Amino acid sequence: MPIPVSILTLSAGILLALISLWVGQNVNLMPVIAADDASAVDALFKVLFSVGLGLLLGITAMLVVALVHFRRRPGDHLDGPAVEGNLPLEVFWTAVPAIVILMIGVYSYDIYARMGGMADFNHHTSMAPQEVEQASLLHPADPEAVTWGGIDGAGGMAFPVEVTAMQFAFIFHYPQQNFTTGELHLPLGQPVELRLKSNDVIHAFWVPEFRLKQDVIPGQPTVLSFTANRQGDYDIICAELCGPYHGGMRSKVVVEDSRNFEEWLIHNTPATVAAAPRASQTA
Amino acid sequence: MTTLTQRPTAALSDPQQGDQPQASAHPHHSDARLFGLAIFLVADGMTFAGFFAAYLTYRAVNPLPVDAEYELELLLPAMNTLLLLASSLTFHRGSKALMANSMAACRGWLLLTAALGVAFMAGQMWEYFHLPFGLTDNLFASTFYALTGFHGLHVTLGAIMILIVWWQAGAEGYFTPENHFGFAAAELYWHFVDGVWVVLFALLYLL
Amino acid sequence: MTTNALPALPHPMDVQHHTPWHEYFGFSLDHKVIGIQYLVTGFFFYLVGGALAGMIRIELVTPLSDFMARETYNQVLTLHGTIMIFLWIVPVVNGAFGNYLVPFYVGARDMAFPRLNAVAFWMLPPAGFLLMSSYFIGGAAQSGWTAYPPLSITTPAVGQIIWIISVLLLGGSSIFGAVNFIATILKLRQPGLELFQLPMFCWAMLGTSVLVVLATPVLAGALILLSMDIVAGTGFFNPALGGNAVVYQHLFWFYSHPAVYIMVLPAFGLVSEILPIHARKPLFGYRSMIYSILGIVFLGLIVWAHHMFTSGTPPWMRLFFTIATAIIAVPTGIKFFNWLATLWQGKLALNSALLFCCGFIFNFVFGGITGVALAQVPFDVHVHDTYFVVAHFHYIVFGGTVFVIFAAIYHWFPKISGRLLNEHLGRFHCLLSFLGFNICFFPQHWLGLNGMPRRVAEYDPQFQLINQISSVGALLLAVSTLPFLINVLWSLWRGAPAGDNPWRACTAEWLTSSPPPVENWLHEAPLVTEPYDYGSPEDAMSVTTVRGRELWSAGR
Repeated sequence: MPIPVSILTLSAGILLALISLWVGQNVNLMPVIAADDASAVDALFKVLFSVGLGLLLGITAMLVVALVHFRRRPGDHLDGPAVEGNLPLEVFWTAVPAIVILMIGVYSYDIYARMGGMADFNHHTSMAPQEVEQASLLHPADPEAVTWGGIDGAGGMAFPVEVTAMQFAFIFHYPQQNFTTGELHLPLGQPVELRLKSNDVIHAFWVPEFRLKQDVIPGQPTVLSFTANRQGDYDIICAELCGPYHGGMRSKVVVEDSRNFEEWLIHNTPATVAAAPRASQTA
Repeated sequence: MTTLTQRPTAALSDPQQGDQPQASAHPHHSDARLFGLAIFLVADGMTFAGFFAAYLTYRAVNPLPVDAEYELELLLPAMNTLLLLASSLTFHRGSKALMANSMAACRGWLLLTAALGVAFMAGQMWEYFHLPFGLTDNLFASTFYALTGFHGLHVTLGAIMILIVWWQAGAEGYFTPENHFGFAAAELYWHFVDGVWVVLFALLYLL
Repeated sequence: MTTNALPALPHPMDVQHHTPWHEYFGFSLDHKVIGIQYLVTGFFFYLVGGALAGMIRIELVTPLSDFMARETYNQVLTLHGTIMIFLWIVPVVNGAFGNYLVPFYVGARDMAFPRLNAVAFWMLPPAGFLLMSSYFIGGAAQSGWTAYPPLSITTPAVGQIIWIISVLLLGGSSIFGAVNFIATILKLRQPGLELFQLPMFCWAMLGTSVLVVLATPVLAGALILLSMDIVAGTGFFNPALGGNAVVYQHLFWFYSHPAVYIMVLPAFGLVSEILPIHARKPLFGYRSMIYSILGIVFLGLIVWAHHMFTSGTPPWMRLFFTIATAIIAVPTGIKFFNWLATLWQGKLALNSALLFCCGFIFNFVFGGITGVALAQVPFDVHVHDTYFVVAHFHYIVFGGTVFVIFAAIYHWFPKISGRLLNEHLGRFHCLLSFLGFNICFFPQHWLGLNGMPRRVAEYDPQFQLINQISSVGALLLAVSTLPFLINVLWSLWRGAPAGDNPWRACTAEWLTSSPPPVENWLHEAPLVTEPYDYGSPEDAMSVTTVRGRELWSAGR
């Protein structure tokens, strides 16, 4: 007596789930992690990878089995069974994906909120919320003074750096030390706040190792705040087509421990303001 | 079962006649043409909807700079609105006259409708020349001219269509109470242009 | 088998009106001629767009910008995207197959507005050649097919304005076509033919046309404003003049996300026509297929801002668009499960049409899965505007729609020409396309995850090997076109005669001669109320060939 199909199907399903889980959790496709919230993004990616792989393998297996097992034999001119549908089955494969999708959505929302993506920026900018609401046609406000969006993973007490994007470079200004540089240095393990603005066209600030990207849109300053947690040099990449040299628009971000970082700051700070800001930046 | 019914249906479609205005042999065709025009007007309305959405977004997030000049008078556009609403009414009366097969009255109403449309455009032009701001002065000036200009284009086109219909209606038996696609199309279009103006007026002048 | 029971339609050859050859080059009002005009014109632009893609892949063989000037590279990628979307996929899945098939399916002798139909087609070649000519007169547009301002305002104006005019023309053509489809399907149906008896392709075209009518005009409006910014010096989208660049992105994606469904819904419809015939089974879940199309149309209109997760949009917007986007996977998933169920227990003819459909199912499921991943904001923040996205949408529009276009050509070529295509060459073409496509685009996911942004002429040298693999795939893909072209040309001339209904199909286009006469049927139009009437009734199933435990559902 042959093994019942239901048992074979069940075993195949279990095997499929195990393979997808194992591959999703153990095959690492992402670059190294160098910021605090990046591991949450990777955790989400692993879930998506596992679920997606399971689905893809399952459907592909069904497809291949159908192509092999149900192929038309020579001389067979009969039709298949006249099955026009199966309501319970259709309800099943509507409901299960819907539930899975909603669960993934809630999970990714949770991660995004933890990253600071849902932050309301106008609470800790120069403008109070009620002022923003009043800033209408009749009550003008300077759009450049409003933060238009971004990701606030570090809260309000972060070390500020002003980032200006232009064709085809990023320029970094350290307001507390009042100097400008072409290479971004960040302190290890300390919250930083990048205040991004663009001088000409839309650029995007992307550091793959931080899993963070923010469009830099002229006229709409944005904020990206996070905590770098791994020493090293990483590429800053412009991710939005910005002109002929878009591919060459890269800079470097150096994450270093606080001793080296302070040394670098002092080394670059103009002598006249060297003494004052050191106290404030450790706050 | 695939059924092959050899039912004696009327010839469904004649490619040579499909979209000619006078395809009188197929009454349900003229329905399809008016229906097609209605769908096209939905598309046209979506263009306006896009403009309106952009305008409302600007109002919400792009405040007018302090030194910018953007002042609109209300009296003239309000009168213009009345003119357009009246023209919809006159077109409707023209349609009633057509249904009653009194072509002379119908042509009279058409001419009046066109005149109201032209008066509207004249008012619009007068407003353009007396506004304190130009096309590129600021964001809201640009939006104002783009919206009213795009609508004015529609009014101009509509007025031309009405005049064509008026001219056609002069020919004996060109439009009949049963068969008057060109007339109905112009009327539908004109009411649409009218409706868009009401929204535009509310958003641009009243809001 | 009910098709065998059909009364054979007499076709007296002497009264059959054959379309003269010059008709195909003129202002024909015949929906079949217009459909073929769309198909051939679209395929020409596919070759042009493919050549441009080849140039991109050659440039990316090395990490340096050494094959062409950087400005030229941006022109090439802009033209590639614009041509492939607006001149190949949209016109072919909508214009070509829609025009050829919809009148048959509603039992009409032509579209509702034949003249408008011809006008819509004849807007296509001028727009296409205008777009291509811009390269030679001052350089084509350089700001990508998205034409985001302020970049599109600051790059050379001539190319950008020509690009805008071309896209406006193509959008207009698309809207005219959509008006025609809606009117034909809703108003020109044969008396006695209910909406819920129509073949699935009609429903797909209805949904697509609704999207075109609602979304395309918004793109037109945005492009009119953009051209004013470029020509008249207004500042709608120019922050330097007080404008707002993100408003353009909203208006653009309000069209361009539904545009994805405008490109794939007709393909879904075509697959729903092809699979049941070659599997000899009814389409599984006819009603749920229709409702999922309607669901996709509705949801497709409210998900656009997922292209702007990094644009500084308000947080509530990101939350809403994440959920809405992910939910689209549900109606889409229903369709794929239904197709699998259609195949299951069928009698699958492993011919080119069916194999291309299966390739489509694999590729599109893959692209759909990465699409659900991209809908999740935290992940999208990382891979937005990278090669991950490039890979994703090529899995959707190339692995999805273009595979279906080829399936449809293999399926309907016998009807169009009266001759069969060579199956060996066809299966070879399918194999080459599938391998070439996956070798080209699969590795690009990894590139995006690891830090290669899209639209770059130069990149980090660590990505060189993967880019070279991808370029080899692109070469294979280019080569795969050769057996297809040879097959079509040879079969037109010497292919085996197909007969009227080589696939023993039930739908109305097969119930006439091949090629069909000018007015589709010489006699009355057949009333096809059950387009998927395949399959033996279950009680007639032979116990010796089918085992009961293999039945799909015991409940039925």
